[in-house]
Amino acid sequence: MKTSAKKQKGKTKDKKSAKGKQTELGKKDEDLSMAAIGHPEIFPLVFTSKTQEIFNCRVNVDVTEENCFKLIKKEDIMQDLKSRAAISDFHPVKKVVLEYPGEELLVVFDANFQYGQNFYLVASEEAKQNLLEPPETAKEKEGEIEEEKEEDREETLEVPPYKPPVSKPWVSLGSEKEVEEESVKDTATKVKYMISRVRRKFGAPITFSDTNASHVKENYIECTSYQDKTFSNKILEKDMSVQMVPKVREACTQTKWTYPKNTSTQYFPRELSSEEKEESLTSEKLKDFLTSVHLSMEIALQQNEIMNAFFDDWKALAEDESSSGGKPDVSLKAYRSFTDPRYLKDRAIGCVCWHPTIYGIIAVSARERLPYEVQGNLSDKSLLQHSVILFWSFFDPINPQLILEYPEDIYCFQFNPRDPNIIAGGSINGQVVLWDISQHEEKLQHEQNDVDEMQMPAVNMPPLTQAQHSSTEPPLVRYCAISSIQYSHKKTVTDINWLPGHFEDSQTDAASENRAEICLQLLTCSPDCSVSFWDVPEAKLSEQLLSEKIKEKETLNMPLDISDILKELDFSWKPLIKINLCESDTSTEYGPIRISLKNLHYQYKTSEKMRPLNTLGAPAKESPYTEIGTSSSNNLKVLDNFSTNFFVGTEDGEIVYSDWKIDVNNDSAKQVCQKYTIHTEPINTLQRSPFFEDIILSVGGRNFAIWKEGITNGPILQSNCSAGRNTAGHWSLTRPGVFFIGRDDGNIEIWDLLKKTHEPSHFQSISKSTITFISPWTASAEKNFLAVSDDLGVLHVLKIFQTLSDPSENEHATILDYFEREIKYLKHCEKEFQEYQELQAKTELKRSWRHRGSKQV
Amino acid sequence: MAEVEETLKRIQAHRGVFATIVTNAEGIPIRTTLDNSTTVQYAALLQQLTKKARSTVRDIDPQNDLTFLRIRSKKYEIMVAPGLSVGNGSNKSDVSNSPSGKPLISTLI
Repeated sequence: MKTSAKKQKGKTKDKKSAKGKQTELGKKDEDLSMAAIGHPEIFPLVFTSKTQEIFNCRVNVDVTEENCFKLIKKEDIMQDLKSRAAISDFHPVKKVVLEYPGEELLVVFDANFQYGQNFYLVASEEAKQNLLEPPETAKEKEGEIEEEKEEDREETLEVPPYKPPVSKPWVSLGSEKEVEEESVKDTATKVKYMISRVRRKFGAPITFSDTNASHVKENYIECTSYQDKTFSNKILEKDMSVQMVPKVREACTQTKWTYPKNTSTQYFPRELSSEEKEESLTSEKLKDFLTSVHLSMEIALQQNEIMNAFFDDWKALAEDESSSGGKPDVSLKAYRSFTDPRYLKDRAIGCVCWHPTIYGIIAVSARERLPYEVQGNLSDKSLLQHSVILFWSFFDPINPQLILEYPEDIYCFQFNPRDPNIIAGGSINGQVVLWDISQHEEKLQHEQNDVDEMQMPAVNMPPLTQAQHSSTEPPLVRYCAISSIQYSHKKTVTDINWLPGHFEDSQTDAASENRAEICLQLLTCSPDCSVSFWDVPEAKLSEQLLSEKIKEKETLNMPLDISDILKELDFSWKPLIKINLCESDTSTEYGPIRISLKNLHYQYKTSEKMRPLNTLGAPAKESPYTEIGTSSSNNLKVLDNFSTNFFVGTEDGEIVYSDWKIDVNNDSAKQVCQKYTIHTEPINTLQRSPFFEDIILSVGGRNFAIWKEGITNGPILQSNCSAGRNTAGHWSLTRPGVFFIGRDDGNIEIWDLLKKTHEPSHFQSISKSTITFISPWTASAEKNFLAVSDDLGVLHVLKIFQTLSDPSENEHATILDYFEREIKYLKHCEKEFQEYQELQAKTELKRSWRHRGSKQV
Repeated sequence: MAEVEETLKRIQAHRGVFATIVTNAEGIPIRTTLDNSTTVQYAALLQQLTKKARSTVRDIDPQNDLTFLRIRSKKYEIMVAPGLSVGNGSNKSDVSNSPSGKPLISTLI
């Protein structure tokens, strides 16, 4: 019944959880007996309701919680098993049931599902008994307690009654040895120590002291470590393993790949052979091409002719700017100043000359300082002291480089343009003097190379230098030729000029060409109304003789006097031609102070080569200063149109324009052509413009004038009478319209014809005393110097600024235009004057006729 | 032939013309008044320049073409008259002076 009840319940359970049953079946198969819990005789079962009905163990009907036991007969179970086979709930425990010894099996309703199912079968009799019997006693306990009790009951049911144990004699199995070994016993008796101290020391202060433990070895015992050899093993064999690792290193190289490269290529142009050229020339194509093209070509060429394609507007604009812009205040900058206390004491400088070739050498001649009015009577003064020409160098402002000596004052002097070592000077006693400084030329040139060295090179000391002066003194050069007193001028030689050697004045008066092209002729003039031409060749010879003789003298170590030299000189140096300037009819004589000639090609011989002037008419910027104007005609051979006209400025202030071509004799009276009296005082400058050959500047007295040769009416330009006297004048070498005027108050007037013609464009004070000489010089394109000498013996060298020295593009043309205009004006005035005169004459005539008429009547 | 000569002479006789060079389309001089080496140099250089100038003009406007080329330098002016493009033309060079005295080189290419 129980089993059936179980079955039924198991079935119901089955229906509820079919899976569960299966798993339970599985479980049951494995763990059918609940052996895991410890109850091998317990088999949980699931009873379906059918089973429960069959066996009358329906839940809550037959079997309850309290009354959970059901005995089922084994036969019934067997029957059920047979009838229902697999579906019987007892099927899983079929074996158990078959083996069950007893007749009745106990099925217990497991209300709490202790064993997982609602019923369980007890497989053993004992268990059955246990379960059956104790549950009656302990029914209130549930769960495990009940179960245990059931188990206990089951066990107790079968266990025999308890008998108290009876002690038996102990049998030693060897355990007491172990115990003995393990137990701890005192092997040695324990030692007792009793330490006592004197009572009075209790609590007494203790003093501690230090001791070094290492000092007293008894105080401590140490066990020092030592190397116990017994424990050191020498490794005789060692197991080692080595692993090889490849060493990796990176390296790279660059090869020089030389590949062929062209360094140079030689080639020649393709050319057509002459046949091919001919062929192409005759081809039609060329013809057509030319016809098509030549028109445009001609147009282009014409365009170029019409206008100047190369005119640089920009540049021209700049030039206008510079000229119209403000000029710097000081147009002349003081560059150097030379004076010498020994030689130039109380002396004035008469003439200044630049060395034509050597840069920086300038020569001055000293003369007695005189009040202006007395200047005319120079010749009356006889001066016994030596007069000198000093050479100054830019690089030595203190010491003069060279001294040319002469007993008399030198009024004027000039370097020979061909050979700058020959210097000709005119003295105040009317003689013409020549010096030769060829021995010193090297020294002078050295000076400009050794800028810092001031000492005289002893090696170059020429034999001409005298024993009189010490080595610090500049060398003294005596004159080498002097003209004969008899034939010299009677008065001061006021102007001396070298003439180019292109003409020789021979007795026949024909101006022939001197092929030697050496400047061997001098032109001098003097207020004794004469103009002389001197020829130098003989003098040169005598120079050489002289120098030889002097050398001889030197070797004998005798002092030279003037008398010696004069003895050796060829005193027969006389002028070639002497021209007396006097009017033929009125026999008034003119005392020329300055003379200006028109000459041909004028060449300066430099140390290397000839430097001919530009003959094309373009302004020659490097044309050296001379007092002879140069002409630009380049016909050397044809001397027919050689001009023999000259201008002369006299001491009375007259300008005389004349022709020296002599008809008959040398010394016949001259024919004077023109005479102008503009200046009231002696002319001190008469100079041709370096740019225009027929424009002459004359300075004298209180005014100056510009003349044009050929215009006989009067000067083109005439200045106002100025307050002070004009004592010196010079054209600028670089600008056509600029000239300098020196005054007696020490001022320099710079006149620029482009700017103002009525007054100077610039005024500058140079010195305190009268300016005696002005000489500009162009050393290079940038260096334009102006040498100004004054009455105190000081030579001022000034630098001309660019504005003054650079001409503008068309300055030449402009100035020319200006002159032309002036000339036209003059002519116009002349014409007007003539007309006026005619008118006057006419009116006079009319009046006289009328008078006559009236008288008659 | 005569016409060619005459034309060339006329151009050469112009005032300021210093030299004349006529070259073919490749730049090889046919006719010249200068010495050979100078001619060859001028011809080669100017031909390249003319080519370049022409290509420039045509690059900008393909309908356009170079008619005349003038090179003005400090010292002189070179005039180049190119022939027809496409290799037909001959080259002509002139060296001429300007009225201001500086020489002009005119080249007809």
